[in-house]
Amino acid sequence: MSAVTDAANPGPLKTRGAISRSVADSLVITRRNLIRMSRIPEMLLFGIIQPVMFVVLFTYVFGGSISIGGSTDPQLYKEFLMAGIFAQTVTFATAGAGAGIADDMHKGLIDRFRSLPMARGAVLTGRTLADLVQTALTLVVLAGVALIVGWRTHENIGKVLCGFLLLLLLGYAFSWIGALIGLSVRTPEAATSGGLIWLFPLTFISNAFVPVTGMPTFLQHVAEWNPFSATVAGARELFGNTMPGMPKSVTGAWPMEHPVWASIIWSILIILVFRTLAVRKYRQAAA
Amino acid sequence: MPGAIYAEGLVKTFGDVRALGGVDLDVPEGTVLGLLGPNGAGKTTVVRVLTTLLRPDSGRAVVAGIDVLKDPDAVRRSIGLSGQFAAVDEYLTGRENLQMVGQLYQMSSRDAKKRAGDLLERFNLADAADRTAKTYSGGMRRRLDLAAALVVSPPVMFMDEPTTGLDPRNRQQLWEVIQDLVAGGTTLLLTTQYLEEADHLAHDICVIDHGKVIARGTSDQLKARTGGERVEVVVHQPDQIGPARSVLASYGKGEISVAEHTRKLTVPVTGGAKLLAEVIRDLDTHGVEIDDIGLRRPTLDDVFISLTGHAAELGRNGEDASTEAAEGRKEDGQ
Repeated sequence: MSAVTDAANPGPLKTRGAISRSVADSLVITRRNLIRMSRIPEMLLFGIIQPVMFVVLFTYVFGGSISIGGSTDPQLYKEFLMAGIFAQTVTFATAGAGAGIADDMHKGLIDRFRSLPMARGAVLTGRTLADLVQTALTLVVLAGVALIVGWRTHENIGKVLCGFLLLLLLGYAFSWIGALIGLSVRTPEAATSGGLIWLFPLTFISNAFVPVTGMPTFLQHVAEWNPFSATVAGARELFGNTMPGMPKSVTGAWPMEHPVWASIIWSILIILVFRTLAVRKYRQAAA
Repeated sequence: MPGAIYAEGLVKTFGDVRALGGVDLDVPEGTVLGLLGPNGAGKTTVVRVLTTLLRPDSGRAVVAGIDVLKDPDAVRRSIGLSGQFAAVDEYLTGRENLQMVGQLYQMSSRDAKKRAGDLLERFNLADAADRTAKTYSGGMRRRLDLAAALVVSPPVMFMDEPTTGLDPRNRQQLWEVIQDLVAGGTTLLLTTQYLEEADHLAHDICVIDHGKVIARGTSDQLKARTGGERVEVVVHQPDQIGPARSVLASYGKGEISVAEHTRKLTVPVTGGAKLLAEVIRDLDTHGVEIDDIGLRRPTLDDVFISLTGHAAELGRNGEDASTEAAEGRKEDGQ
């Protein structure tokens, strides 16, 4: 084990531009996280099974009882439901990103990364991009299952794909919330539960699973201004799953009248705010 | 001219806990400084400040000629850090880990790959290179962690308790690696709770307790401060303590201390091994039967106890872990 130091010193380190360094470092970390995911396939598997169960349970348990635009036809509910389940699924990326980053903190890896001459945001960007890939894979499987149980789209393929992009953008935005949670808690376990708990009220006080018409007026307002509802409504519109006889909005909220734009604006806003907070937190992270 | 690692008046407070109360350090290029102290003394905090992970409340630090607070990114290019926990990604192979670190030091992907191969070879990890780090033993993980810190052959290295939790064989191996490094000209700051380790590896030692440097010097200087050599005698029967004491009195250079229940007498002396032989003969002449006799030089343990009034081990049981708790570090991390 002699001569550890006489190995070729790589010489003066390349000084790249800040942006190209940031991109290159982020991709190195993305690759690292994707390799990890491929070595823990059960994580991906469980991540897929849960929403698949939701699709099946909601379709067959609630399918005949929920009135969509005055009809309890199960087929109508399937078409109403899927955008909601898809949107709920992408928000679970929050827990994945949070737990991953908390785990890196816990194991001392964040200390190592912070002692390297790498771009400051790269560890978090790399993680959120890897989670985006995982979310996309999950959505593909989920869409397949949805088609099997009878979900149908009524728009051209371009619009349908845009619907999925809208969902992925929301998932990416939420993974930045997860990154902030992961940096703020002490253990991966806390990051997982901390990443999930608030998602339940957020996704249920919305238009995802039932029409907001049945909610108390106060909740109707909350639901229609909920960023999550905007994405659900936007995806529904792009999939051609809007229901005849159902008004776009009950309270007249702007996001419900223009759901695609509202969803894009909300997601970008979330990314800007939470990326800024998370990168700041990372720079000061006391492991 | 300040050394390769230089610090002046470092102060850091976590809530009510003063982790560092004005620490000064100066490590000449190519030497090893051993930072010695119990858990919670502030060793890790010093390392975190010097490696840009933590901003001090006040004070100044210069590493490899670069101001740590003014240009942390340039400092990061010149240092390697090997922490208390083997900070490697356990789901990546040894090779993937080193390649990733190389790329994050801004090496090209080809250079990083080549460097990873070289390091795995040198650290006896070539056979395990393509297994995930999860399958590695504790010693292998430490070696991989150290290899990761050496990817760019940094001129200045920081090692925070590099051998904590390792078995004697692995510790010995790691010591050899560290000695090689220093022979190659690397400046090293090493923290440890093992006095033996500081004695073995460090040119200079700083003893730190409660965030303050309480003594510094070479191992020999510190030992000299604690007092010179002593003769220790264990007699066979309790009733021989008296006669033994009168024999020792004629050789001793100070007060004789007696531990009745272990039948052990200790006396400071000068004269070394020659004197020891005389003592043995004289005890024999007086009919004192002995179980054990020896010439004892002070260990760093003695130094530590005489400086702090408590043994270095105390902290390990968590009695002094307040700083560690304030930093939120977990003892059982690995």
